[in-house]
Amino acid sequence: MKIEATLVWHNEFKSDAFDAVILPGGFSFGDHLRGGIIAAHSPAMEGVRKMAGEGRPVLGICNGFQILIESELLPGSLLRNSSLRFICKWTDLQVDNVDTAFTCAFERGETVRMPIAHNEGRFFGEEQLLNSLTADGRVVMHYLNENPTGTSQGIVSISNDDGNVVGMMSHPERASDISLGGTDGLRVFGSMLEWMR
Amino acid sequence: MIANTITCSLTPEEVRFTRQRLGREPNELEWALIDAEWSEHCSYKSSRTVISQLPTGGDHVLVGPGYDSGVIEIGDGLILTAHIESHNHPSAVDPYGGAATGIGGVVRDILCMGTRPIALLDSLKFGDITKSDHSKWLLKNVVRGIADYGNCIGVPTVAGEIEFDECYERNCLVDVICIGLGRKDELLLAQATSPGDSIFLVGGSTGRDGIHGATFASRVLAADSDRDRSAVQIPDPFTKKMIIEATLEANRAGVMRGCKDLGGGGLATGLSEIADKGESGIDVHLEMIPLREPNMSPIEIMISESQERMLLIAKNGSESKLEAIMAKYEVSSARIGEVTSTQMLTIFRAGKPIAQLPTDFLANAPIIQREARQPKLNAPTGKIIRHEDLEQILIGLLSSPTIASKEWVYGQFDHEVGIRTVVKPGQGDAAVLRLPNGKFVAIKSDGNSRICELDPYIGAASILAESCRNITAVGAKPTALLDHCQFGNPNDEEVFWSFSRAVKGIADLARVLHLPCVGGKVSFYNEDEEKHQAIKSSPVITVIGIVDKPDHVTTMNLKLENEIIIAVGKTKPEVNGSEYYNHIGSRGGAPPTLDFQLEGQTQNAVLECIKHGYVTACHDCARGGLAVTLSEMAIRGERGATVDLTTSPMESLTDDELLYSESNSRFILTTSKRDDVLETFQRFNVPAAAIGVVGGESVNITLQHDKLECALSKLQTAYTKSLEMILEPWRK
Repeated sequence: MKIEATLVWHNEFKSDAFDAVILPGGFSFGDHLRGGIIAAHSPAMEGVRKMAGEGRPVLGICNGFQILIESELLPGSLLRNSSLRFICKWTDLQVDNVDTAFTCAFERGETVRMPIAHNEGRFFGEEQLLNSLTADGRVVMHYLNENPTGTSQGIVSISNDDGNVVGMMSHPERASDISLGGTDGLRVFGSMLEWMR
Repeated sequence: MIANTITCSLTPEEVRFTRQRLGREPNELEWALIDAEWSEHCSYKSSRTVISQLPTGGDHVLVGPGYDSGVIEIGDGLILTAHIESHNHPSAVDPYGGAATGIGGVVRDILCMGTRPIALLDSLKFGDITKSDHSKWLLKNVVRGIADYGNCIGVPTVAGEIEFDECYERNCLVDVICIGLGRKDELLLAQATSPGDSIFLVGGSTGRDGIHGATFASRVLAADSDRDRSAVQIPDPFTKKMIIEATLEANRAGVMRGCKDLGGGGLATGLSEIADKGESGIDVHLEMIPLREPNMSPIEIMISESQERMLLIAKNGSESKLEAIMAKYEVSSARIGEVTSTQMLTIFRAGKPIAQLPTDFLANAPIIQREARQPKLNAPTGKIIRHEDLEQILIGLLSSPTIASKEWVYGQFDHEVGIRTVVKPGQGDAAVLRLPNGKFVAIKSDGNSRICELDPYIGAASILAESCRNITAVGAKPTALLDHCQFGNPNDEEVFWSFSRAVKGIADLARVLHLPCVGGKVSFYNEDEEKHQAIKSSPVITVIGIVDKPDHVTTMNLKLENEIIIAVGKTKPEVNGSEYYNHIGSRGGAPPTLDFQLEGQTQNAVLECIKHGYVTACHDCARGGLAVTLSEMAIRGERGATVDLTTSPMESLTDDELLYSESNSRFILTTSKRDDVLETFQRFNVPAAAIGVVGGESVNITLQHDKLECALSKLQTAYTKSLEMILEPWRK
C-alpha cells in the first residue's frame, strides 16, 4: 500500500499539505484529566477541524477516537471500561456501515478481527443519541460474540454524518501484517485510498 | 560525627578506610555521598567477587555487565540492549508506585545506551493469594502499576512469569526487564570522558521523594517500613515518555557524549560513576539544580532519588542545541556542572566548594569478603500420601495460581503497542518480536524458588536451562542472559552460601551452553525483621534469543488433527520441589538432576527440527510435568490429544511420577514428519519418542496402571478462569 505519511508535531500542523489525517492511539498528555481532553485543545486540532469540515478523511484510533469526541467532532463519550481494567485483546467485530472513508472497502455485515488496548473505551450515549446513530447508520462497527468493555450496544466505532470522520477503539494498524495476527486492519487504510479516488 | 548520628549504613571498617584514604575527616555532606554510593544496592560490595565468575564474552556481545545495559549485536548495524531491575522494597510498601517506578528505572537504563525501549517483561513473586488478602492486594496493585506506566509510555509488556509462595508474603519480588533496539553507530556509554563538556540534568525536578532509597533497599524490611513511603518515588509516565523521545532525538542529532540514569543514590551516584568511568572529574553547582521544594539541604539534593531524571553529557559547544531539543519536548533541562580533569567530584554552593571526593574512591566501594556456610538441608516431609484421583490432581495443578493462565494479568498490559509482537503472551513459551532487519528477538524470564530451596546450585542452573528451553521452543537460538539474584541478608552465612552456589550454577551451565551474561543485578536483604524470615533463594534469569527466519517462529498450540505428538527427553522419578508435591503438601528432598551437556544437546536437536520445518507446535516441559504441558498445548489449541505415556522415554517410575515429574531437558512437540524428527533426535543422541496424536474433545493419557481422561472444556475452565476467580470472585 503506497501512502506517503508524515508524523506531525502537535503545535505545527499545516493541514493544507495533507489529503487525510489519522490521530493515532497512545496516551496523549499521559491521559491526565481524561483520555484525549488535553490533546483536543492542542493547536493541531484547528487543522483537523478544518479538514473534517471540508470532507477530507479524518480517522481517530483509540486515543485518537477519544480526542475526536473531546473535540466534539464525534458525539457521545468514552467511559472507563466496565471492568475498571485496561483491556488488551483481539476481538471479533461486525462492520455495520460501509459508507465511510475508512470502511468503504468492506462488505456490510462482514466479520473482521482487530485488537483493542485501552482503559477508557466504553462508548456511552443517551438513548436519543444511540437511536439517531442507529437510524442514521453512523454505527460503523460493533463487537460480536462479547462486549469486553461494556460499551452501549457493543459500539466500537462511529462516524459523522458525512462518513469522512471516523473514530474507532480498535487498532487497525495492529492487524495489518499476517505475522502480527491478521490483515483486516489494512483494509481500513485501503478504504481511505479508495474513498479519496 | 555524622557517621554515627544520621541514617548511615557504613560499617566501622568502611568509616576507618575512608578516613585513612582521605587523610582527613569528611564533612557531613561527604559522609552522605559515600553512604549512598557504598550502599549494597549501588556498590555490589558483597557480591562482586561472586558474580565475577559469570562468563561475559561472546561473538554477539558488544558491551557486557558494568554499564546501564548489556549490548548485543544482531547484524545490519543494529544492536539490542537489555537490563533487569527490581523494585522489591518499594513495591512491598507501595505496590502501585513501586512497580511503576521500577519500570521507569529500567527504561532509563535502556535509554542511556541511546536505544529505544521496545519491550518489557516482569518477573513477579507473591505470597499465596489463595490464602492471603494482603498478597492479593499486592498483586492487583503491582499489576495496575505496571499497566498504567508501561502502557502509557508505549512500551509493550510482552512476557514474564509469576510465582506464588508463602515466603513472599511480606517480601514480594518485582523484577522488570527491558529490551532496547538501536543502531551500533548511535550507541552511547555513560562516561564523562572529555573535560569541557557540560553536565545537564533533564526531566523532573529534585524533591525529597526517594531520599535514602538506596540505603532503604540495603536493609531488611521492618515492622515500621510503612513509614519508609518517602523512600518510594512518585511515578510520572508522561514525563518519562517525553524524556524518551527527547533523549533519542538528541542522540540522533549527535549533541551528546553520554547519558546516565539517575537511580539509586541519585546525583551522588550518577555523577561519581560517569566521572570514574570517564577517568575525569566533575564540578557540580547546587544552585543550578531545579528543586521541587524549598529549603532542601545539600545532602537531600545530592541523594534524592526523585524519578524521571537523567544526566546528559553535552558535547562542548553543543549545549544550546541540546537545550533546544529538550525545549521542543517541554522537558526541563538545567546545566548543573561541567566535566573537569581533576578526577574529583566537587560540589559548589554559591561558588564555594563544600565537598570534594576522588571519583574512583567514591565509585568503587571496598569489597567485603563475606563468610559462607552450607545450611542443613531440610529433611523431606514424612511419608508421601499418593493421590488416587489423577484427574483431580491435574485440575488442581492447572488451576493453581503459579501454573494457571495469567490472562487476568497480561490482559491489562498493552503487549502489542509498537506493532512488533509476533508471539504474544499465552501463545508460546517466550515472547517473539520482529526486528527491522527481518530477524526476530525471543525473550523469556524464569524463576523457580522451590527447586533453589532444595539446592541453589542445581536450582539456579535449572532456571537457566528452563529459560533457554523456552527460547528454543519458539525457534530461537539462546544468545545472551541476564541474571538477577535475590536473597536474604548477606550477613547471614547460610544466605551468602546459597547466593554463591546459585551464581556458580548459572556460571557453570552458561559456559557449557556458550551463553554470555550481559547484565544483571543482585538484591539482598529480602527478609522481614518481624519474623526473621528470608525469602527462598530467588534467582531470576532472562534469556534473549535470535530467530533467523520468520518460518522458524513456533507457538505451543496444537494445530492439526492427527499430527504426531513427540515427547523429547527422559522422564525420571523427580517430583521433589515440583508443583505436584507442593499441591499435596510434600516438601524437601533432592531436586531433579540436570545433565548440562545433555541439556545443550536437547536444545540443539529441537532447534534443528524447527529449522527444518518439521515442528508445528513446541512446548517446554517444566512445571506440572508432562500432564500439564500437554494440557496447556491442548487448551491453547482448543483441540484434544490421545497419548500413551508408557511409550515416552522414561526410567522406572510410578504413574503419578510419569505425569507430574519435573525432570529437566524435556519438550513436547507436534509434527507431521515423525520419522524425520525421530531421526534428528537420534543423531543428537537425545531420547525422543512418538507418544500419540492430536485430536478430539478431550485429553486422554494412557499410563502403566491407570488411564486419565479429561474433557477439554473442563481443563480450559480450570486453567483460564482460576486467577480471576481468586482475585475477583464477584465476577461470576
